[in-house]
Amino acid sequence: MNAPVAPLFSPARQREVVAALKAAVPPHCVLFDEEDTRPYECDGLAAYRQLPMVVVLPENEAQVVAILKTCHDLKVQIVPRGAGTGLSGGAMPIADGVVVSTAKFNKIVSMDKYSRTAVVQPGVRNLAISEAAAPYGLYYAPDPSSQIACTIGGNVAENSGGVHCLKYGLTVHNVLRVRVVTIEGDVVELGNAGLDAPGLDLLAVFIGSEGMLGIVTEVTVKLVPKPQQARVIMASFDDVVKGGNAVANVIAAGIIPAGLEMMDKTSSRMVEPFVKAGYDIDAEAILLCESDGTTEEVEEEIGRMSEVLNASGATAIAVSQSEAERLRFWSGRKNAFPAAGRISPDYYCMDGTIPRKKLAEVLLGIAKMEGKYGLRCANVFHAGDGNLHPLILFDANLEDEFHRAELFGAEILELCVAVGGTITGEHGVGIEKINSMCVQFSPDEREAFFKVKRAFDPAFLLNPDKAIPSLHRCAEYGKMHVQRGQIKFPDLPRF
Amino acid sequence: MTEPLHVFKERIVAATASATPLQIRGGGTKDWYGQELRGAVLDTRPYSGIVDYEPTELVITARCGTPLSEIDAALAANNQVLAFEPPRFGGTSTVGGMVAAGLSGPGRQFSGSVRDFVLGADLMDAQGQILHFGGQVMKNVAGYDVSRLLTGSLGTLGLILQVSLKVLPQPFASSTRVFEVDEADAIRLLNEWGGQPLPVSASAWVNGVLTIRLSGAQAAVDAAQKKLGGTALTNGDDFWRDLREQSHGFFADTAAPLWRLSLPSVAQPLPLAGTQLIEWGGAQRWYRGDASAESIRAAAVAAGGHASLYRGGDKSVGVFHPLAPAVAKIHRNLKASFDPSGIFNPGRMYSEF
Repeated sequence: MNAPVAPLFSPARQREVVAALKAAVPPHCVLFDEEDTRPYECDGLAAYRQLPMVVVLPENEAQVVAILKTCHDLKVQIVPRGAGTGLSGGAMPIADGVVVSTAKFNKIVSMDKYSRTAVVQPGVRNLAISEAAAPYGLYYAPDPSSQIACTIGGNVAENSGGVHCLKYGLTVHNVLRVRVVTIEGDVVELGNAGLDAPGLDLLAVFIGSEGMLGIVTEVTVKLVPKPQQARVIMASFDDVVKGGNAVANVIAAGIIPAGLEMMDKTSSRMVEPFVKAGYDIDAEAILLCESDGTTEEVEEEIGRMSEVLNASGATAIAVSQSEAERLRFWSGRKNAFPAAGRISPDYYCMDGTIPRKKLAEVLLGIAKMEGKYGLRCANVFHAGDGNLHPLILFDANLEDEFHRAELFGAEILELCVAVGGTITGEHGVGIEKINSMCVQFSPDEREAFFKVKRAFDPAFLLNPDKAIPSLHRCAEYGKMHVQRGQIKFPDLPRF
Repeated sequence: MTEPLHVFKERIVAATASATPLQIRGGGTKDWYGQELRGAVLDTRPYSGIVDYEPTELVITARCGTPLSEIDAALAANNQVLAFEPPRFGGTSTVGGMVAAGLSGPGRQFSGSVRDFVLGADLMDAQGQILHFGGQVMKNVAGYDVSRLLTGSLGTLGLILQVSLKVLPQPFASSTRVFEVDEADAIRLLNEWGGQPLPVSASAWVNGVLTIRLSGAQAAVDAAQKKLGGTALTNGDDFWRDLREQSHGFFADTAAPLWRLSLPSVAQPLPLAGTQLIEWGGAQRWYRGDASAESIRAAAVAAGGHASLYRGGDKSVGVFHPLAPAVAKIHRNLKASFDPSGIFNPGRMYSEF
């Protein structure tokens, strides 16, 4: 499936679109030679590729307006793109479409210590905001693991989280305003410099809309004071159920940890040789439980957490005694994905969210699927907020393994939905999980999503066929997919 | 489908067929909020009850007609709270009304607003179909975030049947401190404190007195108290409840209309004749006075925010701040597709829809 796909557009159409775009923006912003467009053929989900007809890299908002108006007039479909680190194929191009990259929107427009806000362009990297805010003792809270590379525009599109979001929230809780160009070329501001805006909360619905409602040209983010200190507890458990119960007990004790992560034995054995974090590789589950705040506050909270973890049956507990040790404890968790890449030629990362109490049931289910599909799976878990990342290990060069990995992944997501969870906690639906949307949402619910889409993009030109599956697509998926003994949508004509 | 849902469906389907407005109403504690009330009342209270509450999951799910008092009691028994501290405005307010109105109380400054805590919602649409959005988990990016779009929509997109809310543990310790400072100093102090790792969870300035609440671990509250000084207010909880319920003395004089201005927290004192109360670290300012709607709105815009006519006054000026034309177009599109016959609380938010 990694073989390059031949272009699916006509040369005449490409000439027409390139000419129109070159009239709208400086010619050097428009790429159409295959050697220039090839780097845009996929995002972080490299298994899905498509060479785009044209790539355009605007340099200012007026050019974005001109590009969108041009594409609207020519009825060309558009795929917005940030850093391309997304894991769900949300930025995968359309064969006869245009990729609009926000890479050149890389300026921090302003940063104000007093109001604790920053106005940034969408191509600014997530971590760059926190780095620029550091001299003021402030930072931008959401910290997706790709924060060194991913951009704030992409974070807005995906409503990105990170390991600290139980306490500090997701992108939607930390963005005050976005400036957006609609497909019709209108410039709109959603939210504002205060805490709310008049009318419907369009900012909330825009965040996480996967580039389907407009292109962001500016973002105002909230900055928060950097905690004086952070310390983490590493606790081992001889049973994943005990580990899961320990998480519930911490919450029941009235504590909201700054970070609360769990890894299963496969994961800790996978990362330990790689990073030497000091993990107990005989433990069935390892829990990382972090406290941050003032020195006094952390002292108090660490004491309380340790008590709860011990009472919950932890077989070993270590509290970080220095910042270096804290980072070492975290290094294993943060390097779980690279470690998977080290022990397996390929891995496929899933992103379901489940009610925490269902953890044992889901892990057991996944273990059974390992046998069914003949593939191994390592599980890392944002235990605080129920977001599970099973890493399915496979070798794409072996006959049928990717296909089995995909089926394995889809079945995990179905299990997440069945226990009351969701198919994606933070990676987005994109193209990857679009079929699973048919499982989670009814045709009427999907139609409601399309109503939202049409309110912003009546012509359906912005990143169409991502995130929200059409009735037709779900019918096709339903053909292969028999649920509860019945074909879905029995009344729908089959093509 | 249970009995109340059948009734809702019948009435909604009939209303859509005949393009007859419905006024969705819970306890009716906020009838005064927003623009005009139009149409026959659709009482949400028969659809009531907590559906699911697992304290260790930090989530509560309740039907729209559930009294907030029932939620409060269930949470209190487990030492948990709605951290955005919604105003109750009397004993009969409901969960559905709280989410539809989208009003948050003193806790909004630090913890976030109603919409920040909404995890999922079920909606009965204009055809009487039940749609589920979001869920009972903290992180969920499957599909657009319609449940947050419904929050604060004043019932204009459909009937909110059920919501799931994130809840938080009650802070271990709290302390209320007062400082005698003028308005400009209060704004400066609040913003300076906001940039430091201090557990300031609520604030109010009125009449030369700045009151703040510190909440969190006992050690953090003690340390902040020592650092910031001020004097202790012994009946702190009463003060914050009165502020939340607008039973504080500032709100007692109803001769002039009450405006709510939502501004950047750093906005300078407003040049408006009348009295003011500042909340949310400077980001929410209550104004009572006889300045014209135009001058109030102009002052809000100049400061980078917006103004709504909260209570009293002449609603013909438009209760909510006028929308930019391109934003208004998206509103009209949403209303037209979710509620094609215009039956759900028409005119409650803006007279044009």
